[in-house]
Amino acid sequence: MQSEDGIVTRRDLLSLIGALSGSAAMYQAMTSLGLAADSGYKGPIKLDGDPKGASVLILGAGLAGMTAALELRKAGYKVRILEFNDRPGGRNWTLRRGDTYTELGGHMQTCEFEEGLYFNPGPWRIPYHHRGLLDYCKRLGVALEPFIQLNHNAFLHSSDAFGGVPQRIRDIKTDFQGQVSELLAKVVQQDKLDEAVSKQDREMLLSALRSWGALDANYAYKANLISGNFRGYAKGPGGGLDAKPVPGEPINLSDIVKSRLWRHLQNFAAYRFQSTMFQPVGGMDMIGKAFAREVGDLIDYEKKVTAIKQNDGGVTVTYVDLKAPATPQLAKADWCICTIPLSILSQIPTDVGSRMKAAIDAVSYTSSVKVGLQFKRRFWEEDEAIYGGITYTDLPIGQIAYPNSGYNTARKGILLGAYVIDNPVAYELTSMLPSERVALAVELGSRIHPQYRHEYENGISVAWHRVPFTLGCAGYWTDQTRAEHYDNLCQIDGRIVLAGEHASYIPAWQEGAILSSLDAVARLHDRVVKQ
Amino acid sequence: MGRMRQAKAEAGAAIAAAVSAAFCLVSFTACAQEVRSKALDPGFSPGSVFVEKDGETLFARICQGCHMVDARGATGAGTYPSLAGNSNLQTGAYAVAVVVNGQRGMPPFGSEMSNDQIVAVVNYVRTHFGNRYMDAVTVEDVRAARR
Repeated sequence: MQSEDGIVTRRDLLSLIGALSGSAAMYQAMTSLGLAADSGYKGPIKLDGDPKGASVLILGAGLAGMTAALELRKAGYKVRILEFNDRPGGRNWTLRRGDTYTELGGHMQTCEFEEGLYFNPGPWRIPYHHRGLLDYCKRLGVALEPFIQLNHNAFLHSSDAFGGVPQRIRDIKTDFQGQVSELLAKVVQQDKLDEAVSKQDREMLLSALRSWGALDANYAYKANLISGNFRGYAKGPGGGLDAKPVPGEPINLSDIVKSRLWRHLQNFAAYRFQSTMFQPVGGMDMIGKAFAREVGDLIDYEKKVTAIKQNDGGVTVTYVDLKAPATPQLAKADWCICTIPLSILSQIPTDVGSRMKAAIDAVSYTSSVKVGLQFKRRFWEEDEAIYGGITYTDLPIGQIAYPNSGYNTARKGILLGAYVIDNPVAYELTSMLPSERVALAVELGSRIHPQYRHEYENGISVAWHRVPFTLGCAGYWTDQTRAEHYDNLCQIDGRIVLAGEHASYIPAWQEGAILSSLDAVARLHDRVVKQ
Repeated sequence: MGRMRQAKAEAGAAIAAAVSAAFCLVSFTACAQEVRSKALDPGFSPGSVFVEKDGETLFARICQGCHMVDARGATGAGTYPSLAGNSNLQTGAYAVAVVVNGQRGMPPFGSEMSNDQIVAVVNYVRTHFGNRYMDAVTVEDVRAARR
């Protein structure tokens, strides 16, 4: 389509730039216009200039803290990390056979999964545009494999719709798209869109709807081999006698609309969930472990920070050794990068200005619960041909996610049996005992997969508000708190700067932690070398 | 001790039946059909607001997540304050404001709970767990706290 005279579209501008300056300049222009934009990662950070022996105390050995440690030591700083847990990674965390986990309230669980199987209670997927995290995975040798966000053969489920029978994502998606296309084609044919669609575009739009919606020559979406090409068949094409495919009957548009199953389709459309997504081979904590191979010697484990003070001369942090908590100890450095979650930092006496303090106090923490379940056999693959991906449901378990590795084997498997976040159910599940959450996930999941009853073996659950090292899942920002507090949170306050997913516009994602850390490191270094 | 705590937590809550039924299911598959015929999830909030009504249930299904079954809170890298015998609760309007607007890591519940629910849960906490503040808060207090 031609743009109207006198109006230069973005595309025209890009063609012009490309013609005049070559493709490199065009790429640059595209990026600045936001077209090829990713998370803003600009490649490995370069910290030029001599820090002259300056020391940095980092609080927290999650991805933000370890990113800062890795880059600052490389740039010549003296670095030390204090960490509350007895392991690196923070929320980058994987549970495997023999791991124990005690939540706030004192209930301990022991993971009884078979050797080699695992469950990620925290982050579990990496968008392709989280370039910072991906670059560290590459540099640190973390092997990745695809994470399946959309599996057309997984289910959408509503307790009240279709008699509670789960529907294949493929059927809902295709039938919705097909019938909406049919409706729109009707309107276009009746010339009711004259103002929005020009005469020239009319025929092309009809062709597009026919192609996109799997419509027949009369622009109708029906049970035939055209729609079957998209939605599959009642009886698929085979070989030999009686091999002819039989199309299935589409689900009525009105039933789809009333079922509200369409609301799950955004989980496959949203930018953060688009293909390709990744997961580390063997568990998300492969990333934390890879960082620890680089900076593990700098980490002081099982140290709980109790006060953070600063003056013109440096930073002094009071902490206790969890094995000998009676005697507070001091750690001193020229600078401090604090990655402690705000849910905890807001309770620690911290020498920062009133604006940063107000920002620290302004962010509440999201509620979220996950349950991992082990089954004797991979019935979702064997019985239902579901290989990876996610089933979404309106039951209080939220979703069931299938393992994206070990496909088509006779081994056991782990399902993510519940994942809820930022809704009332998350609080309700948090309030239960860990064993109750697991039992509930088994009971509710059996409504979607009745095989649960015979195949379930053991499970483990993590409610993030009961996680001792975060007291919540992730920083919860509103437009209002962003406007009022975000910049104040991210400023360097004297000798202290904060980092972590809470100091990013990608909350709850590991990329947010890494980008915030790199930004804090760059600004801190700039200040140090200019002193 | 664990059983007693559990029993107390579940008392009166709609979830109790659901959970014990679920345990039954896991342990004895024979009762599976019976369990399926019972409504299991009506106790859970299906949307973006809480469905619990009385103070005891609201506490057991929401507050207990962090403040624990005995309201004594818990401590890890940070602390969930104890609500048991807590003198901060003396001022009812303060308790209402914290529930409505949140405080530090504590999320605000003003959007997920109605005025009546906030009144119910605050009055429950202020008269249980060793608290004896008999000046009940009202819907007017909640309205005042909603900014």
